[in-house]
Amino acid sequence: MTITLTINGHQGTYEIDPGEKLLDLLRREGHMGVKKGCGAGDCGACAILLDGRAVNSCLIFAAKTDGCDVVTAEGLANGETLHPVQEAFLDEGAVQCGYCTPGMIISTVDLLRRNPDPTEEEIREGLSGNLCRCTGYVKQIRAVQRAAEVMKGGDRND
Amino acid sequence: MTERTRDFVTVGKSCRKVDGFALVTGKPEFVADLNLPETLHVRILGSPHAHARITSIDTAEAEAMDGVACVLTHENTPGTRHTTAGQGYPEPSPYDTRMFEDKVRFIGDRVAAVAADTPEIEEAALAAIRVEYEPLPAVLSIDEARADGAPIIHDEPDSTGIYDTTRNIVADVDIDIGDVSEGFDASDVVVETTCETQYAQHTPIETHVVLSYLDSAGRLVLRTSTQVPFHVRRIVAQTLGLPMHRIHVIKPRIGGGFGTKQEILLEDIAGLVSLRTGRPALVWLSRKEEFVASRTRHPMRVRVKLGAMNDGRLHAIEMEATSNTGAYGSHGLTVLANTGSKTLPLYNKAPNAHFYGQAVYTNLPVGGAYRGYGATQGYFPLETAMDELAEQLGMDPVELRQRNHIRVGETSPIFQKLGEGREGVSQTIKSCELPRCIEIGAERIGWARKRGKKLRVGEWVHGLGMSVMMQGSGIPEIDMGAATIKMNEDGSFNLLIGATDLGTGSDTILAQIAAEVLGVPVTKMLVVSSDTDITPFDVGAYASSTTYVSGMAVQRAAEAVRDQIFTVAAPMLDASADDLVLQEESVVAPSGKRVSLTQVCQRAMYESDQFQIGATASCVPTESPPPFLANFAEVAVNVETGKVRVVRYVAAIDCGVAINPQLAEGQMEGAIVNGIGYALTEEMILSSKGRVRNPSLFDYKIPSMLDVPPLDVILVESYEPTGPMGAKSVGEIGINGPIPTLANAIYDAVGVRLKRTPFTPERVLAAMREAGRVA
Repeated sequence: MTITLTINGHQGTYEIDPGEKLLDLLRREGHMGVKKGCGAGDCGACAILLDGRAVNSCLIFAAKTDGCDVVTAEGLANGETLHPVQEAFLDEGAVQCGYCTPGMIISTVDLLRRNPDPTEEEIREGLSGNLCRCTGYVKQIRAVQRAAEVMKGGDRND
Repeated sequence: MTERTRDFVTVGKSCRKVDGFALVTGKPEFVADLNLPETLHVRILGSPHAHARITSIDTAEAEAMDGVACVLTHENTPGTRHTTAGQGYPEPSPYDTRMFEDKVRFIGDRVAAVAADTPEIEEAALAAIRVEYEPLPAVLSIDEARADGAPIIHDEPDSTGIYDTTRNIVADVDIDIGDVSEGFDASDVVVETTCETQYAQHTPIETHVVLSYLDSAGRLVLRTSTQVPFHVRRIVAQTLGLPMHRIHVIKPRIGGGFGTKQEILLEDIAGLVSLRTGRPALVWLSRKEEFVASRTRHPMRVRVKLGAMNDGRLHAIEMEATSNTGAYGSHGLTVLANTGSKTLPLYNKAPNAHFYGQAVYTNLPVGGAYRGYGATQGYFPLETAMDELAEQLGMDPVELRQRNHIRVGETSPIFQKLGEGREGVSQTIKSCELPRCIEIGAERIGWARKRGKKLRVGEWVHGLGMSVMMQGSGIPEIDMGAATIKMNEDGSFNLLIGATDLGTGSDTILAQIAAEVLGVPVTKMLVVSSDTDITPFDVGAYASSTTYVSGMAVQRAAEAVRDQIFTVAAPMLDASADDLVLQEESVVAPSGKRVSLTQVCQRAMYESDQFQIGATASCVPTESPPPFLANFAEVAVNVETGKVRVVRYVAAIDCGVAINPQLAEGQMEGAIVNGIGYALTEEMILSSKGRVRNPSLFDYKIPSMLDVPPLDVILVESYEPTGPMGAKSVGEIGINGPIPTLANAIYDAVGVRLKRTPFTPERVLAAMREAGRVA
């Protein structure tokens, strides 16, 4: 079957298997910032924004996303100019192996859209679906706080 | 020690990771991120039996299926005995493994592999393989392994390096210092404690994965998620009977390792599929396969007996360890030996010490290297027994440690007696800020104020615990790292290192070391690492070796390049090479006259006495300076449910000079949180037949962001004179802390000693009931 998807701003038509997961379609199409860690919705490495909301793409049938808008971690930066969340992850040392990072960043973007000024508890709650085995999460929490600060500042300037 | 780091320009700064931009933007940097045309999907058929002989295997139907490219079994693959453990050569682990075999030894053991055009065909082909098994009696615990009449797991005649095949003993260690029985007799107080640790897994978020293909010359390329690319090349050559020069191993970015990727688990299969079919082959373990058939931390039972005088001086220490290596002996001997060698030297004042133990085979999941590497299992009973001893002596546990731990200028006979599966290497401690670590940690947690108070808030009772520990920095006289640096005419440098960055940030800190010596910003250091065709040799990332061992190789290579730069610059500056210094991308003479690195390299390349400025240097360390760690924790124990909540965790670490403080903290934070999971929630649950019953990240509970307590990591810098820029390595040590620290804190709160991990609510409640502490 065929679906139409907008991926990181580019609309395209894709031939898919009815049983194919969105994760597999995205990776097949070269969007390798979408990682696979469990295939069962437990780890969050495959998180993407689907019509603006963070979801685990391993749990979603591609067939159900006809007409949807998908943003992956590759779609956040503008050339060399990084998204504030990406900048904050780098500055706070929140990246170790980097395998959970794209999903964690996507979930952060979603969290800060819904809640631009989260408390630490809200950050922990909001990112609890993204597992990381390297960092102990300490620097990731700080990165989210830093990104929130920066993005709030940006709003004030608007 | 800020006065020392202040002398550095690049070292001691938390610069961004050199690979950071690619990682936050989701660039295709990982093994499976290449979509090569015609790639075959490979899946492994695992054994349904814990112990069985394969009496027949029929692959005809599978092979006849459309889209199946090849099927591998013991009938059509090389039978060379080898070890999957990527360690220094000759390996201390036994050669007890074949690629495939007519005998299976645990549930999930390799039976066959199928390579097919799509995952769907692959599944169908796996189901079409007909295997007849003759089930054998299985060994399902360490107690059964050595029992009279126990089934022999490795009864094959061609395995080598096994201590006692007939009794399922893979390794045996026994070292003595002084006489412990006399030592205990002469002690005023003796305590004895036995602790057991569970099956636990590394769970890197990226599971094991390898992509193999043939290059234009027909050589085998293995793009693999490994900690040990050079060991991969050697072991795959050995296993497949291929000349080593026909193999090219590339480690791209990898999604964590923690020891499990110190194993050669899939590269042989992928490689053979590519060689047989000429096509790329992708072997990528599912999360379930990772749990069932990769590697685990060796579960252990460890007994510690301490004898001390009334003033708290330790007089005798005995440690007996029994390790379960599972179906194969991977890292069996060395993890066992490290259980003693990385723990007992900490308390070097005791004139009598005895470490002995055995690693035994069972028909259960296979042990392997896991961050901490035996020390984690050893510190649990050692630091529990120290707490018990302090209580018996009526002494503050902090004071008991202070009275007994090793200090600068001291040694321990254990260093020499017990090494990496053989005799060790003698060393004297040259840096140790453990006294300050203890002081800072105790202050930060409020030790004097809060301990022993049993503060109760509703159902929660609070308690404090502490522990101290050491690890090492690499394996002396065995490990080797090497680095090549070459200069480019714009004043940048290529840094080629065999060292393996598995997410730790070693590419970055090694670039910082080179940049420091050569007076350039990190951005002028172009790093290529872990490619067996391009980079010089390195044993890889394990045993807390990279900063100390590979870092020293980088420093030496950079110094050699610096000397060449001075030789070229001297006539340009009318100065003697000995008087020059490097500063801000220039060579500066005492007169103040300077030439830029660009001018120097252009002269060397285009103008006069032309040559390539560049050097290669190696490091084989002669000692292994330990990092030291003081752990303090406050817990709250729910007396109704038995649940343990970590209120706060403080870790003060002597890491030498921190090359990149943020990355050093990251190593500690990650290791501690992994250790908290190991202490409280993580456990592979095995059925009575030996099957892993919780092979998913849903049922095997690693910490999420919600589970992490407030965590204070304090870098207490020392200066290690043998290390690069004064550094030591801190990759592993943090993971050893939580189990004994939390156990001691639980005791402080509710008066029960937990001797079996993880400390689940059920176990805590059962211990409280047994002690009559709850109704």
